[in-house]
Amino acid sequence: MATTAWTHQRLEQLRQTRVWRSIFRRGPARTNRTRSLAVFGNLGLHVLPVKVREKSLRVRATYYLGSISFFLFVVLTITGILLMLYYHPAVPDAYRDMKDLVYVVSNGVFLRNLHRLAAQAMVAAVFWHMFHVFYRGGYKPPHEFNWVIGVGLLMVTLFLSYTGYLLPWDQLAFWAITVGTNIISYVPVLGRPIRFLLLGGHIIGQNALLRFYVLHCVILPLAAVVLIAMHFWRIQKDGGLTVRDDHD
Amino acid sequence: MTENKNFEVGLSSDALRQPRRVVFITRNTSAKVKEEVGPQLMSFPHVILRETIAFQLLTIVLVVLALFWDAPLEQLANPLLTPNPAKAPWYFLGLQELLHYFPPLVAGVLLPTLVVLALIVIPYFDVNVEGEPLWAHRSRRRLQIYVGAFAVLFVLFAIYGAWTVLAPTALVGGLGLVPYFNPTSNSRFQKFLGSRSMSWWVMTWFIAVALTLTAVGTFFRGPGWSWVWPWR
Repeated sequence: MATTAWTHQRLEQLRQTRVWRSIFRRGPARTNRTRSLAVFGNLGLHVLPVKVREKSLRVRATYYLGSISFFLFVVLTITGILLMLYYHPAVPDAYRDMKDLVYVVSNGVFLRNLHRLAAQAMVAAVFWHMFHVFYRGGYKPPHEFNWVIGVGLLMVTLFLSYTGYLLPWDQLAFWAITVGTNIISYVPVLGRPIRFLLLGGHIIGQNALLRFYVLHCVILPLAAVVLIAMHFWRIQKDGGLTVRDDHD
Repeated sequence: MTENKNFEVGLSSDALRQPRRVVFITRNTSAKVKEEVGPQLMSFPHVILRETIAFQLLTIVLVVLALFWDAPLEQLANPLLTPNPAKAPWYFLGLQELLHYFPPLVAGVLLPTLVVLALIVIPYFDVNVEGEPLWAHRSRRRLQIYVGAFAVLFVLFAIYGAWTVLAPTALVGGLGLVPYFNPTSNSRFQKFLGSRSMSWWVMTWFIAVALTLTAVGTFFRGPGWSWVWPWR
């Protein structure tokens, strides 16, 4: 108990320092006013509403599926950046880098496992999130447009996962992308030009790998960040999550 | 002014909870569109704390799984050596299963486009905002349309031999008829079915078909996209 009191005292002293007070201009978040300031005075937290309905925080209301999708995106960003340090988007270096991750890089297997697992989980979580929101009626006014943004996020998630699928440059990757991109060529008129644009040629080779790499590591993550920010922001602007007044 | 008054004046009494403000509410156009549902909590610390716990639990589960579940890595890509079957990622295997039955233009282009469009327009269809049950009025006309649409789908899928689409369609379609013919059942399951709206049934049908196709494509398809049992 004595240590707790001591720690508490030291923390209080830290809070009184000039440096601390220059970073967190509000005092300790003990009143509703300072708690509000803690949210909208913070660049990261200001997408959240200041107050939420108690019902919308219950596990059964959301299963935290939206949050879980976002957390998986964060995990994927971190592990993805670390993987980029060991990866060359070239044929056949890409495959050799995979082997290096297994046999040379410390914890390389773990890093790759984590990235792949989180990717699969994110696709599943986003789908589940969408179906759950549908069954809860969360798409109804005034949340219409946020649902549309959500559909956009589903597409971005699928494309992110799909473009990442090619990067190991093994048999699994090559033929999965072959199956997928062949479907595009069935689109009337535009099919072949779109496929050519995506692959940077008629076959899946060096150009396709580079384009998928850029899509996977730059373009699609940026699109995802913008859409996620809009998605969160609009929950607040549309008046909070849908809660039912009948039961649970 | 007093004779022609078409508004009321209200004053919030709890200044700690709400900033003091005068409210003008014109008659018949109530500003109070919807009641607040239940009490509210401050996001800081209540939301932050819960989200942090959720993130920690998720990280623990991910790390434990990643320690034991290795990501697959096959041989170096070889354009000359086609594996049989060549499979897309699991979330596209439903689509690949459809391609097995229908022409590529339909299964690969038309259906996915329609699904995405349908998802986008969902919130702009406010035909049934209250969520009225499908058979609320036991409408005979609605029954005819239902059975008609069901029959058309059934025949269409049967012509193409798309049994993995037909089976979940028959299951959900059949369940949808139960509350019509047995509206006063006391079983909890049937009461649940009877209270479901049309949009619920359409979405449930879609999910049932999508799950079946994905599961079949993932586990039950072997060389030449033939049926295999995963345990053999």
